Amino acid sequence: MTHHVLHMPVSEAQARALKVDDTVTIEGALFGIRDANQIALFDKGRTTRFDMRGHAAIHTAPNVRKIPPSSEHPTGYAPICVGTTTSARMERFTRPLMEKLGVRILIGKGGLGAGSLAAFAELGGAYLAIIGGTAALETTWIEAIEDVDLDDLNPESLWKFRVRGFGPLLVAMDSHGGSLYDAVDRKARGRRANTLARLGVK
Amino acid sequence: MKIDPAQVEEVARELYVRALKILPPDIKRGFARLDATETDATAKKVLGTMITNIRVAEETENLLCQDTGIPIYNVTIGRGVEIAGTELRDAIRRGCERATREHPLRSSVVHPITRRNEHTSCGAGVPPIHVDFCDEERLVIEMIPKGSGSENNSWLKMAVPADGVNAIKTFVIDCVLEAGGKTCPPTIVGVGIGGTSDLCMALAKRAATRPLGTSCADPEGAALEASLTEAVNGLGVGPQGLGGDSTAFAVHVEIAATHITMNPVAVNMQCHSARRASASFTRAGVEYGF
Repeated sequence: MTHHVLHMPVSEAQARALKVDDTVTIEGALFGIRDANQIALFDKGRTTRFDMRGHAAIHTAPNVRKIPPSSEHPTGYAPICVGTTTSARMERFTRPLMEKLGVRILIGKGGLGAGSLAAFAELGGAYLAIIGGTAALETTWIEAIEDVDLDDLNPESLWKFRVRGFGPLLVAMDSHGGSLYDAVDRKARGRRANTLARLGVK
Repeated sequence: MKIDPAQVEEVARELYVRALKILPPDIKRGFARLDATETDATAKKVLGTMITNIRVAEETENLLCQDTGIPIYNVTIGRGVEIAGTELRDAIRRGCERATREHPLRSSVVHPITRRNEHTSCGAGVPPIHVDFCDEERLVIEMIPKGSGSENNSWLKMAVPADGVNAIKTFVIDCVLEAGGKTCPPTIVGVGIGGTSDLCMALAKRAATRPLGTSCADPEGAALEASLTEAVNGLGVGPQGLGGDSTAFAVHVEIAATHITMNPVAVNMQCHSARRASASFTRAGVEYGF
């Protein structure tokens, strides 16, 4: 179990160095992705001006306040509450995110499936688990909303955050076929028969 | 007792914001209980982060979770309460819109086909307003922001009488396995048993949003709550689906009578950010609580 401090963006080798049960802190840029912006990018043919190669993307749609643009808040958005949403809904977008946009690291809650695990192995990436429902804490790691694209989809815009000490996050899926979610799921399903028997179900 | 719609609007606005920021005391006690008994090291850390977040949200007066949910208002109208039903409904809706605009909050509500977001947290049929009655001279409004992570894990099975209570138990266990970490465990697993299909689902939601420490009024339902809570927590799904003993704060059951040919069971879950707030209007004024 190693702790990695990653200054974004990272190389393929850095992404492949992450192993399940390691912990990570992200420094610098972090992109916010969501259902609507990924549908726009990968189903509707829209494009983004953001260069996401080697970067990390988090499954989110924040609460923001519209304010006059300033050096502190260049987009005219101040973050109010930035949290994380359930990743599983967006499973099919992992591969295009990595192949087309060059994203290396996904951050979310609840885990991703077999397609994502294969993409991490093939293309060199990892999934970092954040604790869902702890947005008040997570917001304290966000310095600013640095940029925003596809803002007609607000609040499901494509966000670019500047973060400091974003973590610790747990490496829950890696490029070596490891997935904590698969391991827990296998174990839990293995206990199903005994659990039902104890409940008197024959 | 005459109720001023302007005051209902103000309370509906305040309740949304309060619910998003302050976790009810029974849920905090639930966290303390799980934290004290959890044996898995990762799970213990995850619970610790969740408990820290509750404190940070209060200290920074921030939202506990980014998901502002689908706003739900449960209204209980007592004896002698005077307000036109349509005025009550419209005032709640205005309060919900104002909370969204004035705080501001992320509007998490869209048209289901066009996916258009009006940025008001309102839309056709939303917020849902459920009405019940009581004997005391009071009006109670409960507000529940229902997050989508848990709401997306909702199931209904129209089992048959021949499958008996075994079908209910098996269904609950399979739903918890299927949900894994997607519902933001530890959860409150709400189980509706009986009724029609729509009533069964409504019972599951009522069960999932009932305060911790309360039991099903029906003794058969209460017994099922105890055995299913133990069973679910023996599966090892754990907080966030990362393994551990703390899969659910509790399994809650609500029941209704059903048809001789039916055996419906529904599951609806509430995430660990089990938020709710309430306000009670009496002759003494408005009192906020949970």
